[in-house]
Amino acid sequence: MSTFLLEIGLEEVPAHLVTPSEAQLVARTEAFLAEHRLTVGEIKPFSTPRRLAVQLLDVAAESEALSEEKRGPSLDRAKDEAGNWTKAAQGFARGQGATPDDFVARDGYVWLTKATPGVPAAEILSHIGEEVVAQMKFTTYMKWANHAFLYVRPIRWLVALLDAEVIDFNILEVSTNRVTRGHRFLSDENVVIDNANAYAETLKAAFVLADADERRATIRKQLSTIAQDNGWVLQLDSDKSQDLLEEVNNIVEWPTAFTGGFDEKYLAVPDEVLMTSMREHQRFFYVTDEAGHLLPHFLSVRNGDAAHLDNVIAGNEKVLVARLEDAAFFYHEDQQKTIADSMAKVEKLVFHEKIGSVYEHMQRVGQLAAVLADQLQFNATQKADLARAAEIYKFDLMTGMVGEFDELQGVMGEHYAKLFGENAAVAAAVKEHYMPTSATGDVAQSDVGAVLAIADKLDTIVTFFSADLVPSGSNDPYGLRRAATGIVRTLQEKQWRVALTPIIADFIAHTGAVTSQADQAEIGRFILDRVRKLALDAGVRQDLVAAGTVNVVNLDVVYIAQRVQTLAQHATDDNFREVIEALTRVARLAVKFDTDAKVDPALFENAAETALYEATQSLDLHTLVLSGSEAMYQALANLQAPIAAYFDVTMVNAADEAVKTNRYAQLHMINHLLVGLGDLEKIVIK
Amino acid sequence: MTDKLSLQDIILTLQQYWAKQGANLMQAYDNEVGAGTQSPYTFLRANGPEPWHAAYVQPSRRPADGRYGDNPNRLFQHHQFQVVMKPSPVNIQELYLGSLEALGIKPLEHDIRFVEDNWENPSMGAAGIGWEVWLDGMEVTQFTYFQQVGGIEVDSVTAEVTYGLERLASYIQDVPTVYDLEWGNGVLYGDIFKEPEFEHSTYAFEASDQEMLLRHFDEFEAEATRLLGLGLVHPAYDYILKSSHTFNLLDARGTVSVTERAGYLHRIRTMARQVSKVFIEERAKLGFPLLKDAELRDKYLGDNGKYAVKDAENAR
Repeated sequence: MSTFLLEIGLEEVPAHLVTPSEAQLVARTEAFLAEHRLTVGEIKPFSTPRRLAVQLLDVAAESEALSEEKRGPSLDRAKDEAGNWTKAAQGFARGQGATPDDFVARDGYVWLTKATPGVPAAEILSHIGEEVVAQMKFTTYMKWANHAFLYVRPIRWLVALLDAEVIDFNILEVSTNRVTRGHRFLSDENVVIDNANAYAETLKAAFVLADADERRATIRKQLSTIAQDNGWVLQLDSDKSQDLLEEVNNIVEWPTAFTGGFDEKYLAVPDEVLMTSMREHQRFFYVTDEAGHLLPHFLSVRNGDAAHLDNVIAGNEKVLVARLEDAAFFYHEDQQKTIADSMAKVEKLVFHEKIGSVYEHMQRVGQLAAVLADQLQFNATQKADLARAAEIYKFDLMTGMVGEFDELQGVMGEHYAKLFGENAAVAAAVKEHYMPTSATGDVAQSDVGAVLAIADKLDTIVTFFSADLVPSGSNDPYGLRRAATGIVRTLQEKQWRVALTPIIADFIAHTGAVTSQADQAEIGRFILDRVRKLALDAGVRQDLVAAGTVNVVNLDVVYIAQRVQTLAQHATDDNFREVIEALTRVARLAVKFDTDAKVDPALFENAAETALYEATQSLDLHTLVLSGSEAMYQALANLQAPIAAYFDVTMVNAADEAVKTNRYAQLHMINHLLVGLGDLEKIVIK
Repeated sequence: MTDKLSLQDIILTLQQYWAKQGANLMQAYDNEVGAGTQSPYTFLRANGPEPWHAAYVQPSRRPADGRYGDNPNRLFQHHQFQVVMKPSPVNIQELYLGSLEALGIKPLEHDIRFVEDNWENPSMGAAGIGWEVWLDGMEVTQFTYFQQVGGIEVDSVTAEVTYGLERLASYIQDVPTVYDLEWGNGVLYGDIFKEPEFEHSTYAFEASDQEMLLRHFDEFEAEATRLLGLGLVHPAYDYILKSSHTFNLLDARGTVSVTERAGYLHRIRTMARQVSKVFIEERAKLGFPLLKDAELRDKYLGDNGKYAVKDAENAR
């Protein structure tokens, strides 16, 4: 059995694209092998910032041969009266690359056996360049030199070896070879790979750990050892540490961990600032003591060996100290100013060039938040806190610290708000209005913060829609989908039953030019789409999502999301099919005859009509919606038996026009209740 | 490093090095620009299919970054050492690393990384893909493969290497602030630039005549547009640069309102797009004299070429 090696040599690939590209290379290679029916024992992936590679173990000598039988025309159509092959028979043979002499007669037809012989592995693999390497897709592309070809970064070398033999192909001017490149500095430029099975070892000797998992484990161990030796606590398992480890792993080929420090005086700067400086800006790991207090040390990873590590440490310390010095300076300076000073500058801050300033945005948000607070029956203290928070919540954008560390917006806002004497609720809202900051991030905890977060996002969506800055396809540069998801998730978490439609309509109608072009229905659909997406992501069946998210009336997203869940929960009930069938039978019939007549019990002709009427008498759509989707479902499910009994004995289209109208009126009355669950006809009953 | 290179030694070394790699040494452009990219030796030459290799120091003015000479790193005007190689050579990264060695920075004694950083200048309709280069954690160079210039997708990709001279020198000389750098012969950066930094900051933030600047912007824009109509690319470009700098002064002063700001940027972008287009047209009329490769000449100027001159009259 043979081994095949493919290595794509690249200029430094962005760290966040290395791992997904490795996975993609494996998937494309698998598909390529399947298409060519070439079997291999295992595909081993490798990746570093400068290379993506796969090693195929136990490659078959050739692809699987195929033998297929093809049926031709029937015998009576294959030959003419003179016994010669007809045009149809000759055409069939030609189409299969054979002649009529090859025909076999069986079961009244002519047959051909088409044999596809196996193709040598070397020949198949010579196509891997155009069919795999060149087909790779990335989220960012570039072209280089005079080429029109697009790739993630320029391809600088290609290795393709079947055992010891080079498989020839080329991409642009780069031809395959057995020559790879080792570490940029620790190794020579040209490193010869004798055999495909010697890839990892050859690169290791050239100071490249090509196996990404092995490299990550090495970094982990090196970092942990340093932390342990010094008695520091190093968190490597939090999401952010994992992300950092992943990034660091993909910017080095030969890792050597080291530690550096900074003056204790900088520990007076807020922790978030120190952590951001280290983690986000310098890709350092920070350490704490047992109690979780930050220590004036950091860990980092060099792309190289331990030689002259003192230079590297000194340089990194100097850069960090310069940043911390800035931070300390801003922290001091910012405290010399007031919130009012910052707010004066916010008036000039652009929200979006087509929409206006952040200050105007804040004013609209304040009004919107007040409307929500009224509906949610906030108390006077909450309303006062909300009003104050809405007045100031973007002030930190104008502080020196956020100017320098923009990822700390909100975090510094809360910190400074407290320093400037705002109460804890106001300060928390300043931070929370950004939440959730990611699709699965935490939503605002406090009621005041949650309302501010919802109002901020809603104003953003409405004004951007009004300015025709609407997301399309995967393109959502202003994060409007994320904002809408944030609104839905916050309302859900808080279980706030708010009718969004009238709020949005009123907001559009009374906020002037900046919202006047927004289409309330379009925004409703946009928000509803996020409800659907959240339900689908949670694994709810598509037809149930579709059923629960129409007939939404006032866009109470909590109720809408809830009834989708209710449908999903009951979909496995034994009687679900019966219930839905009974209810949709009413719905389908009702639309056949329009009437706005009131039901008149005097016109009933059988007991089932009366029973059904009595079962529905006490049901009120509005009351049921308010009591929640479970109550709604139960109430409607209870109608299943009376409806079934009703149809057993009742002809809706009675000869007597008055009786008929009355029967339709009764169906309409029930149908009117059904919209409380959306559109049940969309449910697929199996 | 024992003998620390002065700032002028660094410039001389880089000039020598890149001249040897085939770059033509240009002089700093004599018009206010915000970055070496805005020099016509980069911005205009990055357009069209002609090869171009140049290196130069470009004093770069950014009025809003002025700090009255107080901040250790932020400057009204800093210096960039700009290298452009078009089409981008296959070994451009290695050439760059060679320049660090020429400066006495031995890769084995440091940690050098290429960290993703894509560059975009929306007001000039320019965008590129590349990295910032980290030297022991400090960003010392911006490395960009131009993909679009003046809103036009490039024919031939320029590799742009931009060294921040003050940063690089701060690293090499290991001094706490840029004002402590030695420019040369014992004269410090502060001796030369501290006073102008203070004065320019004062001017930009407090003393500029806004009415005059507003008027100038309009006049420069009108002149640039008029000259573009006449096919006078380079004078037009000068006025675009003047417009851009005038806007930067207005912006630093904080007098440009929200909506006006967007409007000004849009006006500059419109001119930048226009000038790129006219530059290519004018070079095409000249027959792209720097394009020697026969195959490429045919690709661009042949009968079915992208820039084929269809009208026989114009070909003359």
